[in-house]
Amino acid sequence: MNSRTASVIWIGLGAALLLAAFVSPFASSSPDGLEKIARDQGFAAQAEAAGAAGWTHAPLKDYAVPGVKNAKLGTGAAGLAGAGGVFLLAYGGANALRRKKAGLS
Amino acid sequence: MHIPDGFVSAPINLATFAVSAAALAVAVKQARRDLDERTTPLLGVTAAFVFAAQMLNFPVAGGTSGHFLGAALAGILLGPFSACLILGLVLIIQCLVFADGGLSALGSNIFNMGVIGGIVSTYLFYAIRRVAPKTKAGFLAATAVASWSSVVLASASCALMLSWSGTSPLPIVLPAMVGVHALIGLGEAAITTSVVSMLIAVRPDLIGAWKPAGGES
Repeated sequence: MNSRTASVIWIGLGAALLLAAFVSPFASSSPDGLEKIARDQGFAAQAEAAGAAGWTHAPLKDYAVPGVKNAKLGTGAAGLAGAGGVFLLAYGGANALRRKKAGLS
Repeated sequence: MHIPDGFVSAPINLATFAVSAAALAVAVKQARRDLDERTTPLLGVTAAFVFAAQMLNFPVAGGTSGHFLGAALAGILLGPFSACLILGLVLIIQCLVFADGGLSALGSNIFNMGVIGGIVSTYLFYAIRRVAPKTKAGFLAATAVASWSSVVLASASCALMLSWSGTSPLPIVLPAMVGVHALIGLGEAAITTSVVSMLIAVRPDLIGAWKPAGGES
């Protein structure tokens, strides 16, 4: 990676982490389009019942950190962890795929 | 438009899971072939940006909120299948770590946002790009239309799934979903066009779809 590409990558990553950590706690908490329609049309309850039988081990459920009382702090921390984790997985995964190619050729 | 458990029927979730898994398999194969030292970190950053931006719900009309999807942006920067790969990864993490989107509906969510939002809308971008003027303005117009369409088409696909599942009748759910997402799509188009416009100004070589007139970068 040349230094100009590196600087764009760092700026982009910095922006993503800052948005996730410091802007996400202030995002709108209104229901999204699908949730709103589900409430208006009376099928929102279907999700509650099915959700209880589905995946219940999400460690940062609803973008909150268990035990953190301050909701805004929790959301920011969850966002930071999520954006950082997604970067590491995507970059690491892409790098691994690319290395494999280099190894085969 | 992350679908929770219980909204979409098992047969539809299974069918979309199969299509989404196939699309992701193609995406991995392509990534292995095409990724280079410039696009590898760009893929990581785009994925992080998509995750972060999807947390930023902005209010739209009538007590509803919407958020940036990022599928068209990823497609314009990195190509249709990389966009699907990025959305797929983000949706898997959102589902397993944040309980955002049901596990049973993961295939349907990847289908709507990764396959329709990422793959289909990037090909739509290419098609518009072909007929639009070969200028920066033409490129940005194609960006705006494709990114607006990515959200609207994904929401229409979501509405079809809900109606085929017997959750809500099509004459109600289709106009409701498309109507609200036509507004959310305006935000999508504004953000995507701003980011692409900024990148054209500073680093056009990072935009996979950008071919400067009469030369190479």
